[in-house]
Amino acid sequence: MKTILFTLLTLVIFRADAIRPTPAEAQDAPETFINATIHTGDGNVLNNAMMVIESGQISYLGSYQKNQEKGQINDLKEHHIYPGFILTNTNLGLTEVDAVRASVDFKETGQLNPNVRTSVAYNADSMRIPPMRFNGVLLAQVVPVGGLVSGSSSVMQLDAWNWDDALVKNDDGLHINWPSIRNKKFDYATFSMKLEKDKNYGDKVIKIKTLFKDAQAGHSPDNIKLDAVAAVFKGDKQVYIHASTPTAIIESIEFMQSMGINQPVLVTGSAALPVIDFIVSADVPVIINSVHSLPQRNDSPVEQPYAVAVKLQQAGVLTALSYPGSMSSRNLGFTAGTTVAQGLDKNTALQLITLNPARILKIDNRYGSLATDKSATFFISTGDALDMSAQQLQSAYIDGRKIDLSGKQQKLYKRYHDKYQLAE
Amino acid sequence: MKKMLLLLLLSLTVSVAGAQLPTGTVNGVQDVRHAVMALTNATVHVTPDKTLKDVTVVIKDGQISDYLKDKRPPENAVVIDYQGMHIYPGFIHLDAEVGLPEPAKRPPFSWGGPETLQSTVDGAYNANEAIKASYNAADDFSHDTKANQALRQVGFTSALSHRHDGIMRGTGTLVSLADDPAQLTLLASKASQHYSFDKGSSKQDYPVSLMGAVALIRQTLMDADWYQQQNKMTDLDLAAINNNNQLPRIFSVKNWQQTLLTRKISDEFNIPFVVKTAGDSYQSLEAVADTGQTLVVPLNYPKAPEVSSPLDSYHVDYSDLKKWQVAPFNTRLLAEKGVSFALLPGDNKKGLKTFLKDLRKAVKHGLSEQAALAALTTIPAEILNRQDIGHLEKGARADFIAFDQHLFNDKAQLKDSWVNGERTEINPRQPLPSGDYILTLDNSQHELKVSFKKGQLNLQPGSESEQKFKAKMDGQLLSLVIDEQAPLMAWVADGKIKPLPSDYNWSLKLSKQNDQDIKSDTDESVKDLPNIPKPFTAYGLADTSTPDKVLFKNATVWTNEEAGVVENTDVLVVDGTIKKIDKDIADSKADLIIDATGKHLTSGIIDEHSHIALLSVNDVAVNSSMVRMQDVVNSQDVNIYRNLAGGVTAAQLLHGSANPIGGQSALIKMRWGVSPQDMLIEGADGFIKFALGENVKRSRNNQSVRYPLTRMGVEQVYRDAFSEAQRYQKNWDDYNNLSRSKKIKVSPPRRDLAMEATAEVLNEERYISCHSYVQSEISMLMHVADDFDFKVNTFTHILEGYKVADQMKAHGVGASTFADWWAYKWEVNEAIPYNAALMDQVGLVTAINSDSAEMSRRLNQEAAKTIKYGGLSEQEAWKTVTLNPAKLLHLDDHMGSVKEGKDADLVLWSDEPLSIYAQAEKTMVDGVIYYDRDKQSTLEETINTEKMALIKESQSSGDSKKPSAQAAKPELHCDTLITHNAFLALDNGAE
Repeated sequence: MKTILFTLLTLVIFRADAIRPTPAEAQDAPETFINATIHTGDGNVLNNAMMVIESGQISYLGSYQKNQEKGQINDLKEHHIYPGFILTNTNLGLTEVDAVRASVDFKETGQLNPNVRTSVAYNADSMRIPPMRFNGVLLAQVVPVGGLVSGSSSVMQLDAWNWDDALVKNDDGLHINWPSIRNKKFDYATFSMKLEKDKNYGDKVIKIKTLFKDAQAGHSPDNIKLDAVAAVFKGDKQVYIHASTPTAIIESIEFMQSMGINQPVLVTGSAALPVIDFIVSADVPVIINSVHSLPQRNDSPVEQPYAVAVKLQQAGVLTALSYPGSMSSRNLGFTAGTTVAQGLDKNTALQLITLNPARILKIDNRYGSLATDKSATFFISTGDALDMSAQQLQSAYIDGRKIDLSGKQQKLYKRYHDKYQLAE
Repeated sequence: MKKMLLLLLLSLTVSVAGAQLPTGTVNGVQDVRHAVMALTNATVHVTPDKTLKDVTVVIKDGQISDYLKDKRPPENAVVIDYQGMHIYPGFIHLDAEVGLPEPAKRPPFSWGGPETLQSTVDGAYNANEAIKASYNAADDFSHDTKANQALRQVGFTSALSHRHDGIMRGTGTLVSLADDPAQLTLLASKASQHYSFDKGSSKQDYPVSLMGAVALIRQTLMDADWYQQQNKMTDLDLAAINNNNQLPRIFSVKNWQQTLLTRKISDEFNIPFVVKTAGDSYQSLEAVADTGQTLVVPLNYPKAPEVSSPLDSYHVDYSDLKKWQVAPFNTRLLAEKGVSFALLPGDNKKGLKTFLKDLRKAVKHGLSEQAALAALTTIPAEILNRQDIGHLEKGARADFIAFDQHLFNDKAQLKDSWVNGERTEINPRQPLPSGDYILTLDNSQHELKVSFKKGQLNLQPGSESEQKFKAKMDGQLLSLVIDEQAPLMAWVADGKIKPLPSDYNWSLKLSKQNDQDIKSDTDESVKDLPNIPKPFTAYGLADTSTPDKVLFKNATVWTNEEAGVVENTDVLVVDGTIKKIDKDIADSKADLIIDATGKHLTSGIIDEHSHIALLSVNDVAVNSSMVRMQDVVNSQDVNIYRNLAGGVTAAQLLHGSANPIGGQSALIKMRWGVSPQDMLIEGADGFIKFALGENVKRSRNNQSVRYPLTRMGVEQVYRDAFSEAQRYQKNWDDYNNLSRSKKIKVSPPRRDLAMEATAEVLNEERYISCHSYVQSEISMLMHVADDFDFKVNTFTHILEGYKVADQMKAHGVGASTFADWWAYKWEVNEAIPYNAALMDQVGLVTAINSDSAEMSRRLNQEAAKTIKYGGLSEQEAWKTVTLNPAKLLHLDDHMGSVKEGKDADLVLWSDEPLSIYAQAEKTMVDGVIYYDRDKQSTLEETINTEKMALIKESQSSGDSKKPSAQAAKPELHCDTLITHNAFLALDNGAE
């Protein structure tokens, strides 16, 4: 195993001298992959299948056809092809070292910041990006946090010279943090965390509602905050509601739908469980903010957070998985694996981090699944990409460009592997 | 019954003049009285077991002088009729603050500002500001009418008052609650010593944690001992501890875990404590009862959480509901266990007001009336070594209370409080008995019903009448209005109505007295004891009974031994030990046979770095080696159960990383439902947390003044501590080597708990697990260790271990690291997920740990990452969370692998244990199956059903609700600081 891995790594590190991986050049010649197990991301698996990519797109996908072969032929016997994972709701590119304030850019001060935009702060050279790609995450929705309205997110591809270059979808969504009637507070008297009623809850809700109503009315054309909100009424931007209690879920969705925003995206966790029926009837998609987390209450089912997405998906809700922050988000694929242990089949689990998020982000015309005429954004793994004991990326492509999977971590590994003269 | 409860407006017979101070100055003429009082026809509860009915109590000079049966009262006595009244000894309050100024405010804790390393108190006091042992409540005591009154109103006649501030709080004073000058009410100026684990108003940083408070108490008691034998210094607090050591010690605690801790200290120093609990002993009844200590128990009844809509149940925790249900049974449970206890009003603000109601509630929940009375009278008197209070035998102080009926009847009202023979009326007696009266008005007769509501007279015609009657009482003057005519007036005295002259010839006479005034309602049935989960949390309902002999049939066994992974193998567990590993072990050998076909059996996961199951994580002294995590093990943390569900069977509970030298670790097994002490691994070696880098140099606090602020300083802290420990040891060796005669002539060196622990490190009697990140500091500590001739046992976190793995190997240290954490702080910039594999391949004993309650339950998956990053084989990877941590913790002789003779800490997995798809199906510790996935859905259903029933029951009860609920506990990391004042996650490792 070690030998295979090391060979792989040596292959991967072909530009070990680079500060960070240099973005790949546009695909200039077609490439063909044969004998692969192709996980298409839309719920299907094609065994011993063939895929041809050309000019950044998939030109052929299906069973082996000799006459479809083009360009370099890669025999992927015992290899898997997966669509690039899509990491939604992340602060990737907005922070380097969380403990160092100078390196943190994800949270603007103030309560109402609809006008701030993550795209302009996105660091395409972030040290955090190469480890994502190394584990198959090739696209990310970069989201601001904080306040009641945090600002606008953008969707990025993870192999770019700069943020302009990285943009897949600029200002794709407006992010609302719906307040809860109760908040967690540390209670000095009992020396424990307590839920306490938020006295300002009513005011906070009114602030959000007024912002949307004023924006819709259009009475202040020069107001950049209202302009940023108005885009949602024109259909230029989606609304993402971050809500952490069942009541907040109902209240926020009822409000958005009453404003004519029929399909806001709900970002939540176990709070969805008591209101699954409501979510189904409201017909809104859901992003699960964290799978690998602790149950909400001491008496909650032990594996509650692992199962939330499973229950939503099984109820027919369009569901995607996310991973909080960005330090450990490279494990996104494994959280999908976790849902398999909770009852999803592997193909559906894969959908939670590929086609489903693409549909939620409305980029599914190009990304999220492998199909003819869609973007050639995928990776090749020698093993099951949802299982850390098997996932091993051999190569990855974004829009047909074969990206450099190595990063500083791989360079350091090689450097010390060599120093200690360990067996290859 | 001929007569009724009587009104006595001339009630203040004695206290009119008040007590005179013998040494006082009289402005006027002497007015000294030696009153003799005779209370006739009373029922007197002399002690909880002795009741005298229909007796005359004679009171003389403030004492009970005699009981007379069928005899006339003494000639010279003032006679008061106590017909129908029940007299009890006055209650004794053991936790009062009456007559004392408010203690100084608790300073708000802030990690942001400059630290306060020294005591801020001037004078020859203890070096730690939380030690206030020289404080005497009597010095500060002043008469407080209002506070006295509030206590008397619910039956207290004396109180032990102390200042509720600090860890050693000084002495308490026993005061009588009479409204007399302080000179007369202090019954004992020094009656007790008081302790707590709460540093209160102390501005000094240390100790911020519970284990720090324990360490400070232990050190201070040792210092007091040493103080007697030295003549170098004066410390008024240490002197006071020695001077007061004959007084009873009362220890105030905030939870049952602390109750157990007091016993530990008591055992070590051979000093008994009376423990004022938080009223939560029911949460760990056996362990509390086993301490054998006398308790002082407040009647704390937690409110049920408010549930205003069905969606609110999302916020409501089972254990909050359960506390509401079980807390009223607390005193009954203690009594049934034979625990001796005194009672107190509830700790909340309203506790005093609702005391009598709360007391009756305890009785309704099964506390016997005798036990309740004893808990308020004889037991507190016994605690205080007082013969004169707490009972009403002849010669006792005339401190008693009188109710209009048996005290435990719901409607019983406290009428009089007598303190030192002085009577205060608490509630006026009803001027007339309620009942049917006949109004004779000239020649006509009318039936009237007389009743009283909140002291107001209420009059209703007994039969249908066309006439309207209204009556009012103003003091003793009764006015009666018939059909809105001019009122008739009468003077009411001694229950008789004497009409005042008028145009009518009239009278109003009792014909039939109502029964309800005297009706007993104690026949109400006692409430049934509900089930009590163990530990006291929802998953305490799990059934963990397992037969002694268990056979796993046909498993794929990951042995971690030379045999590697063996298929189709049986494993027999007997009495907690792996008895046999073989093919086809006979079924007859076991009482429980588990079909493990297609499943994987492994030894349990051991987490080298955990902070679950702890009440506190960090203290702040630069050398905190005196604090012990075993003092703060919280056996009811649900994360223990969650760990079991993830196949974890043991963990090292580490101190945090706020200091270069941290506290002593606790090594536990995940035995769910046992006491904190029983979670500890018997015979395990001692370990200690060290820490390097950003946290110890307080990188996030720009205003920090605490040495060290750089990695340079960190090294010097170690060199200094170890040099000092060497000197310390030498001093003791020198002393111990003296002949007996010489020893007498010199004073022994001072014992120092931090130095003792530090010296243990030098002597390799205690092993370091050092929080570390960058290569420079890793090498540094190894150099220091080399210079002082010992080995560092483990570097934990050790994210740059891969850079110095060869040096580490040469030193002989092991490594315990994260699988893939990075980017959360500056010093982890070069953390790489290949770290574990590189260190393992270089030949270090390498473990993967969690430092996270969330991740610890997925450590099998974290181990699997060493396959992806660095290509470890599956078996090598598996060892990083089992055998390797067992080696690092010196537990591998009996844990860490599946081997005959080793502890039966086993996990049965649904799949290959390293797979993301694997689930722990059964987790066994010492042969007991604490987690069984097969039973999980039933258990979750049971929890939910009971919770819903509790919500229904609590919401429909008349009890008030609290609009808040327990939230899930915040996760504790290395850098978490939990103090009495604040909870701060200094470094939220998981972002």
